[in-house]
Amino acid sequence: MQSLVIVAHGSHLNPDSAAPTHAHADTIRETGVFDEVRTGFWKEQPSFREVLRTARGEDIYVVPLFISEGYFTERVIPRELRLEGWDPALWESDGISADTATLVASDIDKEVHYCGPVGTHEAMTDVLIRRAVSVTGDDEVGEGFGFAVVGHGTERNENSAKAIEYHTERIRETGRFDEVRALYMDEEPEVDDVADHFDSEDIIVVPLFIADGYHTQEDIPEDMGLTEDYRTGYDVPAVVDGHRIWYGGAVGTEELTADVILERAADAGADIGDAIARVRQQTKPTTGAVGE
Amino acid sequence: MSLEPTLSDTQLAAFSEALAEGRIDHDGLAADYDADADTYRIETPDRQTTVSAEELPVDAEQAAYISNWYFYTRTVDSEVTWAFCRWLEAAAERPVPDRYAALDAGIEREWGQLGITTTISEDGTRHYELRHVDDGDADATTLTPHTDPFEARDIGTLDAKGRYRPLRTAPSLKQGWIFPDLTADKLYEAVEAFYPATVVNWYREQQGELDVDHWRDEQDRQSGIYNLITVLPDEAVDWAAAACCDDSQCLKRREWQLSDDEPLDAESGDGVFPCREPCSMVVAAGREWAKLEREDTRTYEFELTPSEKAQIEELIDVVADGAVDEIREADVGEGANRYRVRYLREKRVDEQGNLSGTPTDPEDEPDVDHDGD
Repeated sequence: MQSLVIVAHGSHLNPDSAAPTHAHADTIRETGVFDEVRTGFWKEQPSFREVLRTARGEDIYVVPLFISEGYFTERVIPRELRLEGWDPALWESDGISADTATLVASDIDKEVHYCGPVGTHEAMTDVLIRRAVSVTGDDEVGEGFGFAVVGHGTERNENSAKAIEYHTERIRETGRFDEVRALYMDEEPEVDDVADHFDSEDIIVVPLFIADGYHTQEDIPEDMGLTEDYRTGYDVPAVVDGHRIWYGGAVGTEELTADVILERAADAGADIGDAIARVRQQTKPTTGAVGE
Repeated sequence: MSLEPTLSDTQLAAFSEALAEGRIDHDGLAADYDADADTYRIETPDRQTTVSAEELPVDAEQAAYISNWYFYTRTVDSEVTWAFCRWLEAAAERPVPDRYAALDAGIEREWGQLGITTTISEDGTRHYELRHVDDGDADATTLTPHTDPFEARDIGTLDAKGRYRPLRTAPSLKQGWIFPDLTADKLYEAVEAFYPATVVNWYREQQGELDVDHWRDEQDRQSGIYNLITVLPDEAVDWAAAACCDDSQCLKRREWQLSDDEPLDAESGDGVFPCREPCSMVVAAGREWAKLEREDTRTYEFELTPSEKAQIEELIDVVADGAVDEIREADVGEGANRYRVRYLREKRVDEQGNLSGTPTDPEDEPDVDHDGD
């Protein structure tokens, strides 16, 4: 029996914070490849402290639904899960290459496979591109389009910028979009001046965030000039300084993110059969722009 | 009893197979197989029979014991669910035949604000109906039916007024829904979705293995911005527990104290499921209060009539008890009535928002008398 445990931040204030976690858990549950899929949160119930005791499998895979390798994934989660002998060095990561570590969780006296966060897995690049498709409603989107991957910046964690740059470079390497740039909320190059950083008339903007909340729904749309007041909403695309801005919101809400969670568990040894392919197919957006 | 317990061929086959491997001793049923004589010896509290395989469809009472064994050992796959289902039908309190009679009528138990009714089919299969306790008397057809246990998560996300419930064990679960017929495993999932980890912690407690982490353990574990709770005074922890963990705020029964040998004075509550450590809400609140407790007290002077002082105290009570909505629009006799409070504001609060015109910080005092000092 194998169990998947998805751990995420959650919120005391905003119910949307946990929404992607639950949605991806449901998607994976429907594939039937895990005997159970559990979710645990820093701010909601069950807590990180108690989520492992809700899992019954012999093989337990813990996947953090977080963007970067840092404070939460390297310190808070292992501490709260009570992973004995945890050391970030076990991931042998340069900040974007965490894989998995197998440790005894003293809460349940069982080994668990503690995986790197979804945000630094290479498959997250595909989710960003999938978001470009879903936000434009165009399966072939790329030519004539610029693509901005937006991150928080290095204010709290230098690895957060590494993850942004990593996916930006990988999207660039596909050659699919005319221009690809990393932009930040609190450092240069800033997302506020998005139009200054692109020649393309059409620019897709996707924040590398797990959930929609204050930053992705209020800050970024207002800072980019998509709207003067986030409460009145914004158009997709919205015209700013002669550019059409296709703003996608937090990439973690894209259904394909469930696939990255599966990839993480598979990398750690979970037997997931053809679930990745099935989720890819199942989560394909139907055509028709999101903003319509 | 009106219920006529029967055994299906599947159940009988499972019973024979199990006995071929060894003795059964389960919940008042003792049975073994004598291979030499090819007979089954079945013992229940009031009866002992020895029968051949052909005679195995035994009488109703023994059939009840066997179907009870089958349900618990063949259809419930975790020891936690097993214990929970037994608690739901008060299995420890009555033998199988009495229990089956009671299950025929339906056994109701409460788990927080959940009302769970267990009923039984003739073959011993349990059926679980789940609804809000306050909907206990409602006609089921007036409630919104659900079958997928994970929908419980969405039901529990917002309260009846559409406000987010960050604490799922708060007594603010909305009404109007029903899971009319769940299996044991699906019931477990629904309860887990409404009240995460409560069943497993209750089970640990039943086993005498609940691991309680007290406030001081919690303080020692914090990092980052929550380090601040290390400076929260001990007496403030008691106020925090009384404020946040009271039954009126959370249905868990608080088992954590200041430390193992430093109990808190605050009420622990009467909840059926335990709270084994300060939750993230208490820690976040504790951080805020740690900031506030760093302030020293000051002496202020306010001009208030006795009724105004009493009104302010009443206002604190009404807000703290979440009873603002119970104050009627025109009931200006109530201290927390909106008109009454607006009147108090007009009279006693100045344009800067200061009560009685007294500044919160003395340095903000209009500097009239001290010019040139």
